[in-house]
Amino acid sequence: MSQYIYYPGCSLKGNSRSYEESILPTFKEVGLPLQELEDWNCCGATAYFSVDDTMAVAVSGRNLSLAEKSGKDIIAPCAGCFLTLKKSNKFLASRHPKAMKVLENLKEAGCEYRGTVEVKHPLEVLIKDVGLEKIKTLVRHSLRGLNVASYYGCQLVRPYTDFDDPDYPTHLDSLMETLGAKAVDFMAKTRCCGGSLTGTIEEVGLRLNYILLKEAKRKAADAIVTICPLCQFNLEITQAKIVKKYKEEVKMPVVYFSQLLGFALGIPKEDLGFSRSIISLKPLWDKLNGGGAK
Amino acid sequence: MKIQRKVKYEEELDPDFLNEIQKISGCEEINGCIQCGTCSSSCPMSVYMDYSPRKIIAMVKNGFKDEALGSFTIWLCPSCYTCQVRCPAKIKITDVMYALKRKAIEAGTYPSRFAIPILDREMSRLIAKYGRNSELWLILNLYLKSRNIWGMLKMAPLGLKLMKTGRMSLRRESIKNRKQLKSLIKAVKESA
Repeated sequence: MSQYIYYPGCSLKGNSRSYEESILPTFKEVGLPLQELEDWNCCGATAYFSVDDTMAVAVSGRNLSLAEKSGKDIIAPCAGCFLTLKKSNKFLASRHPKAMKVLENLKEAGCEYRGTVEVKHPLEVLIKDVGLEKIKTLVRHSLRGLNVASYYGCQLVRPYTDFDDPDYPTHLDSLMETLGAKAVDFMAKTRCCGGSLTGTIEEVGLRLNYILLKEAKRKAADAIVTICPLCQFNLEITQAKIVKKYKEEVKMPVVYFSQLLGFALGIPKEDLGFSRSIISLKPLWDKLNGGGAK
Repeated sequence: MKIQRKVKYEEELDPDFLNEIQKISGCEEINGCIQCGTCSSSCPMSVYMDYSPRKIIAMVKNGFKDEALGSFTIWLCPSCYTCQVRCPAKIKITDVMYALKRKAIEAGTYPSRFAIPILDREMSRLIAKYGRNSELWLILNLYLKSRNIWGMLKMAPLGLKLMKTGRMSLRRESIKNRKQLKSLIKAVKESA
C-alpha cells in the first residue's frame, strides 16, 4: 500500500462513480494502490461554509483525524473535497482561538487531530511523486490523434495550492501530451462551470457552460478532460439544453483525466467507467481507434 | 412620477457593521479595499449580480448592512476564488461572501424559497445528521423546500438517465459512527 489514503467524498460514490472506477485501477497501475479512508464523512463543500464555518471545519477535522490514525496523507480527487479539507487543515494549524476550540472539540469526541496530515490531489501526486517520465514509459495505448481541452475549473488551483498557476495551470496539459494527445490552448481552462449554481439557477448554469463548450469547440477539441466531478457533471448535463437555447452544435464528450490515463496505460476501457457517460463518446473513440464506439 | 430618495442619510447606516464583519475569521483585511474593481472584473457572476463584488465590499465598509445582507450577490458567489487570488489588497473576498451568507441566514434576510440558501442548508443538515450527503435526497428536498414542483418534473428525465447509468440511487448514505459525529457536533455547539 502507498503512503496515501483515498478520500472519495459523496460525488465519487454517486454521480461521478466513473471517476472512482478509473482513479483506483490507474493508481494501482502506476504503483500507488489506494485504500479507502474508513468511515469518512462528507466534506460539506461550499454549503457548510455558507451555513456554519466552525462546524464545517469540525466535520473536516474528523476526516483529517481518521487519516492521521491511518498514518497516511489524503488523496482527494474531487476538487471541492480537496479544497475543503485543505482549507480546514490550514485553519486548524493557524492557532486561531476558534481553531484551538475545534481541536479541543475533536478530542472530546474521540477524534483527536495533531495536524500531521497533508491533503493532495491525484494530479499533483502523478506529476510530483510519479513523474511524467515514468508515466511515459508506462503508456501502452497512445492517445495520438486526440485533441483535448484540459479543464481545471476553480477549486483545484485556487487558492490553497501552489503546485500550479491559479490562472493558467499546465500540469494536466503536460500529462495529456505525455499520453500522446494534443492539449489545445484552452483559454477557459480555469473559468467557472457555475458549481452548484448550475443546479439552482438554470440560466446561469447554461450560460457559463456554454462559454466553456464554445471555447473548446473553437479550439477544435474532441473532448474536454476534467479533474472535478461537478465540472464534469455540469458540462455534461447542460449540453442538450445549451444546443437548444443557443442553437449551436457544441456537444462533445466530457471525461475524467483518470479515464484517459487508465486507457493509455492499457487498462481495458470497460473497466474505466466510460459506459456511464450520458453523452455519446463516439467522437472520442473515432479518434482513438480504440475498438468500437459506445 | 414619484420622486424618491435613492441614497441613505448617514444616520440610517449601521456604523458597527464593518466592525462586526471584520471580527469574523477571513474578513480581517476588508478595510484595506482600494475599490480597484479587480474582483468585479474577474467575477464570472458579476453580470447576474445586483451589486458587484466591489460594491458589496464598499457597502460593508460603509454600513449598508440591509443592502449587503439582502442582496442576491452574496448567494451568487460560486466560490471560484478568482477575485481572492487577484485582490491586490489581499482581501479574502470569497470568505467575506461566506461570512455575509451566514449573517444573512442568521438575520433571515435572504429571499424565501430562494434555492441557493436552501441547498446549502439542506446539505449541511444531511451531513450533520448522517455524516453523508445523498444526492437524490438532497435534490428532492431542494425542490420541495423551494416549492418548485415544476422544476422537479423537468429534471425527471435527467434523473432517470442518471439512474440508468448507475449514477444516482435511492439509497440513503450514512457513516457507521454517527454517535461520534453527534458528540462532535454537540461539543462544537456547546463551546460556541
